[in-house]
Amino acid sequence: MDNIAGQKSGLGIATHLATLLLVIVWIVPTVGLLVTSLRDQDAISETGWWMALQGAPLTFVVEVPVDDQQEGEGGGWLLETNVFEGESGAALPDDVVGRATVDAFGVSRLRGANLAPGETAETRDGVAVTVERDGTLIARSPEQMEGALNLPMALIAPPQITLENYAEVLTDMDAEDRAEALEQGRSLDDLLFSEEALFGPFVNTLTVSIPATVIPIVIAAFAAYALAWMDFPGRGLLIAIVVGLLVVPLQLAFVPLTIIHEWFGIGKSFLGIWLAHTGFGLPLAVYLLRNYMVGLPRDIIENARVDGATDFEIFWKIVLPLSFPALASFAIFQFLWTWNDLLVASVFLPADTESTVMTRFVVTNLLGSRGGEWHILAAAAFVMIAVPLIVFFSMQRFLVRGLLAGSVK
Amino acid sequence: MLDSVILSGIFTILIGVGGMFAYFWASNWVLDNVVYPPRGENIGRNINRANAIRPWLFLFPAMFALGLYLVVPVFYSAWLSVTSGVAEDGGWYRNYTEIFANETFRVSLLNNMLWVLVVPAASTAFGLLAAQLTDRLSWGNLAKSLVFMPMAISFVGASLIWSFVYHPDIDIGVINALRGLFGAEEGVTLVDGQIIDSFLLMVVLIWIQTGFAMVILSAALRGVPEETIEAAILDGANPFQIFFKIKVPQIMGTIVVVWTTITILVLKVYDIVAAMGNQYRNLEILPTQMMRYFDSGNYGFATAISIVIMVLVLPVMVWNIRQARAELR
Repeated sequence: MDNIAGQKSGLGIATHLATLLLVIVWIVPTVGLLVTSLRDQDAISETGWWMALQGAPLTFVVEVPVDDQQEGEGGGWLLETNVFEGESGAALPDDVVGRATVDAFGVSRLRGANLAPGETAETRDGVAVTVERDGTLIARSPEQMEGALNLPMALIAPPQITLENYAEVLTDMDAEDRAEALEQGRSLDDLLFSEEALFGPFVNTLTVSIPATVIPIVIAAFAAYALAWMDFPGRGLLIAIVVGLLVVPLQLAFVPLTIIHEWFGIGKSFLGIWLAHTGFGLPLAVYLLRNYMVGLPRDIIENARVDGATDFEIFWKIVLPLSFPALASFAIFQFLWTWNDLLVASVFLPADTESTVMTRFVVTNLLGSRGGEWHILAAAAFVMIAVPLIVFFSMQRFLVRGLLAGSVK
Repeated sequence: MLDSVILSGIFTILIGVGGMFAYFWASNWVLDNVVYPPRGENIGRNINRANAIRPWLFLFPAMFALGLYLVVPVFYSAWLSVTSGVAEDGGWYRNYTEIFANETFRVSLLNNMLWVLVVPAASTAFGLLAAQLTDRLSWGNLAKSLVFMPMAISFVGASLIWSFVYHPDIDIGVINALRGLFGAEEGVTLVDGQIIDSFLLMVVLIWIQTGFAMVILSAALRGVPEETIEAAILDGANPFQIFFKIKVPQIMGTIVVVWTTITILVLKVYDIVAAMGNQYRNLEILPTQMMRYFDSGNYGFATAISIVIMVLVLPVMVWNIRQARAELR
């Protein structure tokens, strides 16, 4: 298609643009939540995340005392000051003074901050006021001014990246409470594992997913070797069964396994979910590994056999090391699946924070009670997503290879 | 507390993995040295017998786990669905007749059908589009990586990401902000329990699955023989004709595989509806219905619904097994 004269450039640009559009649509949702998780709680409700770089305008009524500072000037009175300094500056929050600029101001509380910086307007008392972007205020009045000027102002502070949301969701305390708790002598360990903190579920998710990834690999590797390189009656039937089990809906297993686990005395526990994930992951593991092992060169294995190696040795010393790419592919699948799983965890783990995983904690604890608090939800989402994303971007090669081995013939 | 959790995790892995290896090694050793030792007068017979048994030693743990966790539950569920709950003191079919008589169940069945129709079709179409667009692009791999990324994100995480996109506040949700660009002054609540809102939830799954479809279809497109494309160019075909009449027919097999794989996934998806539409009856699907009955301890209805899901999956299962058998021959 590249060498059609005259069409190349037009279609080429269209392709670039269409791809760009597709990529933007695909990443904007994630970027939006990531940006939100790094913003200040107030800024989130003030402006959209796409405005994050501009900062959010915060509205204040600034009280500028006029008594001492005005000077007589050719038949009138003049006040020249800066709203960020003196008494008016002291009344503003610390993080605004020194960082913020004036986005808009007004001369009446009723009409709000409706003037752009640099414009001039008269107050009800006949004072002409101008406020510049940097906070410089000039007020002129034919008569001596009294009391103070009350000016509504929209102040914009440049955006600040904050990790406070993450700290809050991991400990279930905002900065103040946390400082207080630490002062009272509670250890960090204690805060992290408190009832409504996300850190405990984070550790639980790790506790579930790592054994649930490693154990099926070992079991499946042996079975896959037998199905690929050992000859016995019924092999074809077993492979067909494994292929069939690939698509069995997990839902079928929930009621029976709850009863069976209860009966074995496992109940709802980490042991139960490790076993369940192992069972549910095995069809894919056996299928992927067998497909890979069957493609290994026959000569190597036959030669080893002729040299007197046992099947166990062939498996352990030759087949297993050669199958590393397939093992890695499956490990990534299984890790992503167990880390991201909500359904199996809802059935096989107790609901309390001590043993629940992040996905379930977010759905039952955060979405319910703190559904509107997006600074919490956004941070929770990224605590949940971070590990899989790291795995994904560092091991994408194996993931793609595994997908292709599983579906394309 | 943290150290004890980490320690117990490491301990479990060591026990699990070490135990498995110990089993394989020990069972092989016993077979070769105690049961059928390759020496003495029966050496030939012993070796043959040991080799006939060995595959089953290799297979046993996997077969045991698959049997206990997947095969037995299929039959056990089927059994429970005709014997427990209302089936105990009525006909065996009572669980099924009662769930089908339930309005919410019918809505969830209908919704499931919608999901099955829309999500695989849209994911495959977008995946095919993305695969074709990025095929010869200088920055194609980067683009693919970014479209593929949602695959790593959990359904719950993706639901949060999209709930934020759908947020009713015009200053928070992107969709409402876009409406604002075109003159809307107030944000609207997008997901509020209308049947049509299911499509907004489907978008989440399409967003995730497009990357999967793209990766596989992109590999398939690479496998289309150059000669067929060159021949078409010589015959004066335009790029669209080349795509639809030359490339797509040649990768039809792969398209079907992608389509069915996503269909299976769609039938089982639970998390998205649980996270985004849990309070709305109109958005229910079979898996959420099943979990509702499961949580309330109504095992009769729960197993009956899981069997309904199984029946929906069955055609794909049969087709998969046939394909696999054909390859083995």
